[in-house]
Amino acid sequence: MPTKIEKDDVTGQQTTGHEWDGVKELNTPMPTWWIYTFYATIVWAIGYAVVYPSVPWFTGHTKGTSGYVAREDVTRQIAEARGAQAQWRDQIAKASLEDIAKNPDLMAFAVAGGKAAFADNCAPCHGSGGAGAKGYPNLNDDDWIWGGKLADIMTTLRHGIRDQDTKTRVSEMPRFGADGMLPRAQIDDVAEYVLSLGNRSTNAAAAERGKPLYTDNCVACHGDKGQGNAELGAPKLNDQIWLYGGDKTSIVHSIYFARAGVMPAWTGRLDEVTLKQLTLYVHSLGGGK
Amino acid sequence: MWKHHGKIERNVVLLSVLTLLTVAIGGLVEIIPLFTIETTIERVKGVRPYSPLELAGRAIYVREGCYLCHSQQIRPFRDEVERYGHYSLAAESMYDHPFQWGSKRTGPDLARVGGKYSNEWHVAHLVNPRAVVPESIMPGYPFMRRALDFHDIADHLKANRAVGVPYTDDMIKNAKADLEAQVSPDADTKAFLARYPKARVAKFDGEKGPVSELDALVAYLQILGAMVDFSTATPENLKQ
Repeated sequence: MPTKIEKDDVTGQQTTGHEWDGVKELNTPMPTWWIYTFYATIVWAIGYAVVYPSVPWFTGHTKGTSGYVAREDVTRQIAEARGAQAQWRDQIAKASLEDIAKNPDLMAFAVAGGKAAFADNCAPCHGSGGAGAKGYPNLNDDDWIWGGKLADIMTTLRHGIRDQDTKTRVSEMPRFGADGMLPRAQIDDVAEYVLSLGNRSTNAAAAERGKPLYTDNCVACHGDKGQGNAELGAPKLNDQIWLYGGDKTSIVHSIYFARAGVMPAWTGRLDEVTLKQLTLYVHSLGGGK
Repeated sequence: MWKHHGKIERNVVLLSVLTLLTVAIGGLVEIIPLFTIETTIERVKGVRPYSPLELAGRAIYVREGCYLCHSQQIRPFRDEVERYGHYSLAAESMYDHPFQWGSKRTGPDLARVGGKYSNEWHVAHLVNPRAVVPESIMPGYPFMRRALDFHDIADHLKANRAVGVPYTDDMIKNAKADLEAQVSPDADTKAFLARYPKARVAKFDGEKGPVSELDALVAYLQILGAMVDFSTATPENLKQ
C-alpha cells in the first residue's frame, strides 16, 4: 500500500498516509497529559521494583531495598496491637476469672473482647445474640447442660463437647429405640412421663406406665424429678427449655435415637486470654451462675 | 525505528516470529523461576494428600462453585489473621489441583474452617443455611443427601498423582476401601488413618445408608487448614 503522509488542512494534523477509496485517517497523537502519565507509571514501576521484592530469580527473588516481607509485617502489627492492650491482657492472663469479674474496668475490657470473639467463632451455632437454635443451647438463660459457673464454661470452651480433644466432655445417652432397649410403645409412655415432669402430660395413664421405666432407665443421669445433672451433661427435663424441641414427637425422637451434640474444642484455635474473655462474656449474657 | 515497524506490519511471517519471541520472553521470566519451587513452599509438617473421601468432597466443592463466594486464603493482614487464624501457607495448597484460593468473599474465608464447627452443624447448614444462621444468604444444598458416586475414585487419585500429588500405589489400591472406612467409625480404621493421619472418621451426615455427597463435602471442610502442625513451625521454617 502506498504511504503518502499529508497534512489535513481543517485540523492541522497529519494523516496516517493510508487511503481506502478516498477515505483517509487522521494520525492525531495521544493527549500530552496522557503520555506523561504513562511515562510516570513506567518510572514508578522501576522504582517499585527496586524498593520492594519483585524480580523472580533461580535462587529466590530480589529482596528490594526496603526488605519488606508481608509475613513479618503482619507479625509485627499483631505484636504491636497486643502490646497496646498489654496492660489489660497481662492482668487477664494472671487474674482468676472470679477476680476479673469483680474488677469493673478489667471486666469491661474482657467482655468487649469476648463479644468480638463470640461473633467470629460462636455465633454460627449459638446465634449472634447467644439465643441458640435447635441443637445449640441458648446461652442467655440459666439452664446449663454442662454447668454455668465460670470454671464450667471455661472447661467447655477449652475442651469442647464430644470433640476429638482428649479432655473433651463426654456423655452418651443410649439409643433406647434404635438399639432395641425399649419397644416403641414404652418409649411413648416414658415420653409422656417426661412431659408430666413439667406438668405438661395429657395422658395420665400413659405417664403412670412410664414412671417405672423412667426410674429404671433415666433417673441415674436425669434425676428422679428430671432435675438433670451438669456433671454428666444430662439436661433438665422438668422445665420448659428444650434443646431439641419439647413436644412429644421430639421427645420420643430423642429417646429413640438419643442426641449427642458436638461442640469443638477451642484450645489451640483461640489463645488463653481470648478464652477467658469469651468465658466472661458468655457468663455475663444473663444466665451465668 | 518506526520505519522498521512498518516493515514488520507488512510481513506476516516476520510478525509471527517476532510476536512469538516477545511472548516467549514474558513466559520464560514467569515460568523458569517456578522450577526452583522448593524455595516457595514452607518447610512445615503435617500436610498430606487428601483422603479419597476428602478428595471427592473437594470435587463437589468445585462442582458447586463454592469458590465463587468463599476464598481459601487468609492473607497476611492483621484483620484477617485475627479473624480467621494463621495466614495461609503455600504448603497448604501444594496438593490442590487446582487451588481454591478464590478471589471473592461473599461468604467468609474457609481456609481454616476445619474443626471450627461440628459435623452436625455443617450438615444442617449445607441443607438449609437459614436453619442455623438466620442472616445467611447462602443457597441451600438439600440434594446433597443423595448417594456419592465414587466408582472411579481411584482414577481421581491417579489423575492427581499424574500432576505431582504423592499418592502411593497402596493409597490408589485402597482408594475405595479408604473412602468407605472414613465413614465407618465402628470399623477398624487403623490402616486408613496410617495412610491419612488426622483424617476425621465419622458418618458425617448422621444418616445410615450409603456414603452421601454431604459426607464427602463435610469431610473435606473439616480438614481445611487443619493439617499443618503450627506448634512445630518456626519462623525460619515459614520463610519462603
